[in-house]
Amino acid sequence: MSLHALTIHELRDKLRRGDVSAREATQAVLDRIAAVDDKLKAYLWLNPDDALAQAEAVDRAGIAKNGKLLGGIPVAIKDVINVDGQPCTCASKILKGYISVYDAFVIKRLREAGAVLLGRTNMDEFAMGSSTENSSWGVTRNPWDFDRIPGGSSGGSAAAVASDEAIAALGSDTGGSIRQPAAVCGCVGLKPTYGRVSRYGLVAFASSLDQIGPLTKTAADSALMLGVLAGHDASDSTSVPQPVPDYTAALGQGIKGLRVGLPKEYFIEGMDREIDAAVRAAVKKLAELGAEVVEISLPHTQYAVAVYYLIATAEASANLARFDGVRYGLRIPGKDPIEMYGKTRGAGFGPEVKRRIILGTYALSAGYYDAYYLRAQKVRTLIRRDFEQAFTKCDAIVTPTSPTAAFKVGEKTDDPLQMYLSDIFTISVNLAGNCGVSVPCGFTTKPKLPIGLQILGKAFGEETILRVAHAYEQATGWHKDKPNL
Amino acid sequence: MEYQAVIGLEVHVQLKTRSKMFCGCTTEFGAPPNTQVCPVCLGYPGVLPVMNEDAVRKTILTGLMISSEISRFSKWDRKNYFYPDMPKNYQISQYDLPLCKGGTVEIKLEGGGTKKIGVTRAHLEEDVAKNSHFETSSGVDFNRAGVPLMEVVSEPDMNSPEEAFAYLTALKEILISGGVSDCDMEKGQLRCDSNVSVRPVGQKEFGEKVEIKNMNTISGVRRALAYEIERQIAALTRGEKIQQETRRWDDGAGKTFVMRTKEYAHDYRYFPEPDLMPVVVSDAMVDEIRKLLPELPEDKRQRIMKQYGLTEYDAGVLVGLAYIAVFYEKAAAQSKNPKAIANWIITELLGKLAETKQTLAECRIAPAQLAELVSLVDGGQISGKMAKDVFAEMFATGKGAAAIVKEKGLAQVSDAGAVEAFVDQAIAANPKSVADYRAGNVAAINFLKGQVMKLSKGKANPQLAGEILARRLQNP
Repeated sequence: MSLHALTIHELRDKLRRGDVSAREATQAVLDRIAAVDDKLKAYLWLNPDDALAQAEAVDRAGIAKNGKLLGGIPVAIKDVINVDGQPCTCASKILKGYISVYDAFVIKRLREAGAVLLGRTNMDEFAMGSSTENSSWGVTRNPWDFDRIPGGSSGGSAAAVASDEAIAALGSDTGGSIRQPAAVCGCVGLKPTYGRVSRYGLVAFASSLDQIGPLTKTAADSALMLGVLAGHDASDSTSVPQPVPDYTAALGQGIKGLRVGLPKEYFIEGMDREIDAAVRAAVKKLAELGAEVVEISLPHTQYAVAVYYLIATAEASANLARFDGVRYGLRIPGKDPIEMYGKTRGAGFGPEVKRRIILGTYALSAGYYDAYYLRAQKVRTLIRRDFEQAFTKCDAIVTPTSPTAAFKVGEKTDDPLQMYLSDIFTISVNLAGNCGVSVPCGFTTKPKLPIGLQILGKAFGEETILRVAHAYEQATGWHKDKPNL
Repeated sequence: MEYQAVIGLEVHVQLKTRSKMFCGCTTEFGAPPNTQVCPVCLGYPGVLPVMNEDAVRKTILTGLMISSEISRFSKWDRKNYFYPDMPKNYQISQYDLPLCKGGTVEIKLEGGGTKKIGVTRAHLEEDVAKNSHFETSSGVDFNRAGVPLMEVVSEPDMNSPEEAFAYLTALKEILISGGVSDCDMEKGQLRCDSNVSVRPVGQKEFGEKVEIKNMNTISGVRRALAYEIERQIAALTRGEKIQQETRRWDDGAGKTFVMRTKEYAHDYRYFPEPDLMPVVVSDAMVDEIRKLLPELPEDKRQRIMKQYGLTEYDAGVLVGLAYIAVFYEKAAAQSKNPKAIANWIITELLGKLAETKQTLAECRIAPAQLAELVSLVDGGQISGKMAKDVFAEMFATGKGAAAIVKEKGLAQVSDAGAVEAFVDQAIAANPKSVADYRAGNVAAINFLKGQVMKLSKGKANPQLAGEILARRLQNP
């Protein structure tokens, strides 16, 4: 098999055996990008020379062989995570030309583990969207069908991994932005528990919901990546000083006796028939593997989208206030600061970002705060309690990741509300703060598009959901199916 | 109609911490613009705040000093507004759960007696940057952005500019004595906004309040309030209504000007800061901070008066400036004449510091050196007049008093034989003055004494010279 098509584990074995050098592996992935990215547009920025230089440094130090977890593994980074000396635009015109002045915590971790940082992947502007169509720099295409979206907001990362343009990638997930693109592109996407991975260096969309996580080709790779990324960081006050377990070691335990919950609220009328069937088949497979399937209830699910779009937009309205033309990024001069802000932000932000800033500003305004933001926070507590309650009855919850497979480019751009519903199954977990992973669980027939199975866990229950994902993957092999590029 | 003023003050105090509120940058004052900055205090994309615990402790200490209730659960909020001096265009502050709730500051009234001024709350936030305006452009210096800033909000308990002045003085004393802040207004370490309204005497309801900003000194606050109260009373007397508005004090013009009216008041859209955990304060932490409580200024004043035999005025001046009190007590401990030490500090040292615009920290005279100077005078080695010159030399060079006296050959001549020789010379050279004295013009002795001092180049012990001269003139 070509080097670019390998998983982290497969490539790592070759590197350790000395079959290939980090430079060769990186070159192979760069060649793949050169061959297919014109069609996909997964990357916004690449610096092949720098990537090769990093790989050569790995080869010189011998870290591909000395046991570093990611020695010589080429990884793609979503354009929302700071890498010192590289652009970080968040796919927004307002940050055009901005060069990061420091490494995010997760980037330091990747560097320490010996990873080769390839470049920046496309996304919805400031991670706001479910299709990557909100990027200011163009649309990324789904590797399975170029007429379709790759999901979002981490669409570039998902498309890159699914098309072997990266061995693994980093994304960020505020309401499903890792899991939903992973599902529609056919790869594995993990949103860790809030506080498990430091957010330092992740450009904030909604601070109480954002979490960085890996997009990989397999569950085992996801476990490996999480082991590198997770851990306490003193520069993120919301990072939790909880010991990091050996996620890889947990994978082999199987799922015999594990209780898997099916929330009745997630299997609703009107869901795509093929998706419903694929998920039900997956549940059956888990039962065959020894899991005990129980029905559970998450009674406040119907409020999740509304709560999410109040809290996320309120936080975003403050988080994005710093893009004002004063210190960095785009500046369009005005006769006074107010005019400069208006012109700069008017020209720099795209329509969806503006829509959310206005929504969030409104929700926090005097006289509306109690009715919107405060009420939303209260319902958020109820949603969190739903999960606490559910997890007394089961160890993991299984749902579809997305209500539909990849839709067509332009299909939902005129209907924001329809677009918001793409995240209906993924949003609750961000509100509750616990973890979730999406793994491939089959395909639609005409056309052939990937379907994702979402496995949700307790807070800091990543070992359990990765165990389920790995067992399922081993028993089915959907992940081996590749798009024909 | 007689009117009564109602005044409340919001005081912003920069806390004396080594690093900023949410990042590791130094808080040192006076560095070149934008040299004490990092991605966090510049509000770069992706950064996160980390709370400075020392600032929280100093705020709690302040609360203990003014008898506040210390919140066991407190949190951070974002205060949203756009301004170029705000790196994130929101300020991390505390909205509904401040660290300190309630409290009192006791002030001295001019006619004697005291009054308790209520404190509503004291909370912690981050300072903003400093804007500078040039001919065709503006600049922002972010060195100050993120410095810990404590806001102490008073109740509307003051009724005159003098009471406001006394409140600020008392609060400043408390903060300095606790080591919470240096309160140097010139460095912007203490800033004050005021709410003021007037109402007919006897009326219960408050009048429409006006907020005054930009009062840069404590006496400026007094002036601004005096002006504003008069303005409001004059307006009401003319039958006008007072508008709720924010006004800016122009110290040069001696007037307040409208900044913004009620319609343009900000909606700050406060909401809980998701990047920071709530602040949980344990009893153990409060007890630990309680141990740091300094002697309260009033207690200290009483003790110093008694211990060193000072007047109320002297003790008041020394205690009013916390560092001076520390300096004084160090010097007094090494001297047999603590009263003289106080005089030297109050008349000479403070004068020199003001003249050279130095702080005590920059002063080159050590407490022990001042004690040494006093003992040289008391021992008759140098005259009081010489001592002033020696002091000036000490202040300029940092050398010891005895060393300067030796180096400059200033030691006073107290040897009776030597002084007698100068007296003989003076008598011999001025027969007319001698005759005048003997004819009953007693004042003539002063001229002769002056001659003795001149002949001795100022070194003769003046007291001894006077005694010998009198004896020789009376018994030729």
